[in-house]
Amino acid sequence: MTASSSLTDIFSMAPQAGAAAMPQPSRRSFLKLSGSGLILGLAAPIPDLGGAAQAAAWPAGLATDPFVRIGPDNIVTVIIKHLDKGQGAATGLATLVAEELDAGWTQIRTEFAPSDPIIYKNFAFGVQGVGGSTGLANSYEQYRRAGATARAMILAAAAKEWGVKPSEIAITNGVVSIKSGKTATLGALADAAAKGPVPSDVTLKTPDQFVYIGKKFPRVDSAAKTNGTAKFTIDQQMEGMLVCVIARPPKFGATVASFYATAAEKSPGVVAILQVPQGVAVLAKDTWSAIRGRQALKVSWDESKAEKRSTADLVSEYRALLDKPGAVARKDGDAEAALAKAAKIVTADFEFPYLAHAPMEPLDCVVRYDGSSAEIWTGSQLQTVDHGTACSVLGLKPEAVQLHTVWAGGSFGRRAIADAHFVAEACAVAKAYGKPVPIKVIWTREDDIKGGYYRPIYVHRVRAGLDKDGNVIAWHHRIVGQSIMAGTPFEAMSVKNGIDATSVEGANTLPYAIPNLTVELHTMKVGIPVLWWRSVGATHNAHATEHMIDLLAKEAGQDPVAFRLSLLKDKPRHAGVLKLAADKAGWNTAPPPGTTRGVALHESFRSYVAQIAEVTLKPGGEFKVTRVVSAIDCGVAVNPDVVHAQMEGGIGYGLGAALRGAITLKGGEVEQANFDTYEPLRMSDMPAIESYIVPSAEAPTGVGEPGTPVVLPAVANALFRATGQRTLQLPMNKQKYQSGPLKA
Amino acid sequence: MSISVNINGEKRKLDAAPDTPLLWVLRDELGLTGTKYGCGAALCGACSVHLDGEVVRSCQIQAQDVEGRTVTTIEGADDKVAQAVKAAWNKLDVAQCGYCQSGQIMSAIGLLSQNAKPTNDDIDKAMDGNVCRCATYHRIRAAIHEAAKSV
Repeated sequence: MTASSSLTDIFSMAPQAGAAAMPQPSRRSFLKLSGSGLILGLAAPIPDLGGAAQAAAWPAGLATDPFVRIGPDNIVTVIIKHLDKGQGAATGLATLVAEELDAGWTQIRTEFAPSDPIIYKNFAFGVQGVGGSTGLANSYEQYRRAGATARAMILAAAAKEWGVKPSEIAITNGVVSIKSGKTATLGALADAAAKGPVPSDVTLKTPDQFVYIGKKFPRVDSAAKTNGTAKFTIDQQMEGMLVCVIARPPKFGATVASFYATAAEKSPGVVAILQVPQGVAVLAKDTWSAIRGRQALKVSWDESKAEKRSTADLVSEYRALLDKPGAVARKDGDAEAALAKAAKIVTADFEFPYLAHAPMEPLDCVVRYDGSSAEIWTGSQLQTVDHGTACSVLGLKPEAVQLHTVWAGGSFGRRAIADAHFVAEACAVAKAYGKPVPIKVIWTREDDIKGGYYRPIYVHRVRAGLDKDGNVIAWHHRIVGQSIMAGTPFEAMSVKNGIDATSVEGANTLPYAIPNLTVELHTMKVGIPVLWWRSVGATHNAHATEHMIDLLAKEAGQDPVAFRLSLLKDKPRHAGVLKLAADKAGWNTAPPPGTTRGVALHESFRSYVAQIAEVTLKPGGEFKVTRVVSAIDCGVAVNPDVVHAQMEGGIGYGLGAALRGAITLKGGEVEQANFDTYEPLRMSDMPAIESYIVPSAEAPTGVGEPGTPVVLPAVANALFRATGQRTLQLPMNKQKYQSGPLKA
Repeated sequence: MSISVNINGEKRKLDAAPDTPLLWVLRDELGLTGTKYGCGAALCGACSVHLDGEVVRSCQIQAQDVEGRTVTTIEGADDKVAQAVKAAWNKLDVAQCGYCQSGQIMSAIGLLSQNAKPTNDDIDKAMDGNVCRCATYHRIRAAIHEAAKSV
């Protein structure tokens, strides 16, 4: 029995469920603008979410915003409903439209959609937003339909104009043609197409007809991100704009007791000092003046309700619970009874630290508020949540607040926040200032690293038993940690019977055939805000389970790949990626001299990833990861090169955390501040990476996150084989790895 | 007293206070927002620009230090090496979120201007100060080798 849902269930969809969950449009609407071509939108049935009240709250103008716009200038603009924070959502969604429209790739442009929880909702969430690697999965049919509908209307217009049947017309690479040699561009036919009826249904291509899907072609955003013109939130500049930084409490849960502003007010360029619920805001004419002004500010904090425990306190409280039964997340057979009969028992206790996301662009948000309406610009990942929060803080109706999504400089989970706290504080500042000028609130790197919303601390104990023949007969996994979802609006979705699915995902779905298996959870209450961090529960569960499998393989005297395959006989997709990675890495051949290989396998966000890491030990107990071979089964790879990019980057992100990532607390205060104390992965740490994709006709599943968690245990397993040392505490720089007599 | 500086081939007078970091002069006063803030402490390289042809972290250069000197930012980098680097970045689709890439590109131009055929070790040394949280390092390395072919 497994817990009924996981983050994957909530934020990702099974291919089949996805198709079923997607409402068939009960009506289709399109808008035509006089002389500006075809604008096509598919209006989802409004009563589907929120009912009449919701429909009334959302003006028709927003609800008919389109997905595809074809201009007389022959530019095809695809409206992107999801934030692109580097994962390639804009390229992916544009691909789907280009495919079914048969547009030329160079005529494609993208723009981010406005906030609209109906038209632009994520079918996996029911509201607008992206996360859990759902971006392409939930849009796969929707955006293809939008492209196919536009194509049908173009065909109808050409047929009428040329006096032929639509079936006699071809569209190739954006050129409409018939056998006689007559041709037209999409743009030339757009106005006529807009005058025709919108087809009630369209036929989508079969995979053998794909021109773009599954092929390599350029990202839509490379040029702007290579010449400095891509505009992020921090780059927004407007007439009269003020820049704001906020002094926030050094301990989580503290509040402003009093503050001395005189020196800060005299600091050059400072315009105002304002108390807001989040702290004390310094508004200035430019960024440097705001930062310098804040340095001159003196704030006394009321810490009576603040979290004051240190990391060591928390870990020791958590560890004490490893001896006590927790809430049951999965129970197959009787693990304790089987352990009592086991010939050998292997026990491992694991410890994982808090982790900051540290996207390169720190949090930021621009708000212009005039008392009766507001505009917001930010890299909004959960538009409906950010928009709703802004309305609430500003006391405005939804139609009075416009949210503009702009390119985001990374997220890794950090911009998808149930309490939309950085949008809330920017709105609080705008409201407190009360003048209709744009205000750009910027977090410095120190604000970011110290700002909480971390991947939670977790400790685990796994006990597993082998019989005399080396078969795994028992697995008992106890997990202790803080819930990401408890206390948020997502709680009802994720927390059931005391189990936050995101705490146990990947552990309670252990794929290996083990007859007696128990997974338990203790949920801790700590006053540190926590959040999903790229791959969420898998960030710790993949390491604990996959490192444990290697410890068991060794006890059983078996090869780690063969041992896994023997336990995956009814798991073809797990076995498929494992075999592909092993084959490509040359698992059965000798590694380069001085190098040791390790393997790991994990399913997350409905994708399957196996990785093989090669490590070399260095004098002094350090090591270098020289090569990682990765195999993913993510269903159809819409743009394989974007999938490879996500695997490369995901591996690097996971490896950075594995090597050095840790946020620690002393007396409740964060001890790290910037990239010297919270050290990111750097070029010299980056292994050579080879990424492979299992060919598949299944609907696409996640790629943004599944590459991240697997590298930790793959590296740990390589180090285990090289040194006999276990990796029980993360990050890995907590111990020295020495080759020599096995200590395991 | 205003500061005179050549920025991307144009003579400019700066109004900023003398101790203002060049990063914020470029971004807030001159609107050259391709140069990014990432750490404010020379730890991430997102703000890398060229000062008289050398790669520097603009968050650590004060406005008064650029008097009479030449600053090149991502917007103005267009010599042969810069063109090769930008073309390679495009060809290999290096960018993910893209936020750090201006700094990466300025550092890569600096490297290739000094060393037309860098090894992986040379790349590690020259690029280690430029953080990419999307970890596009794999492609940055490949793109530098790609650009080296046409430098």
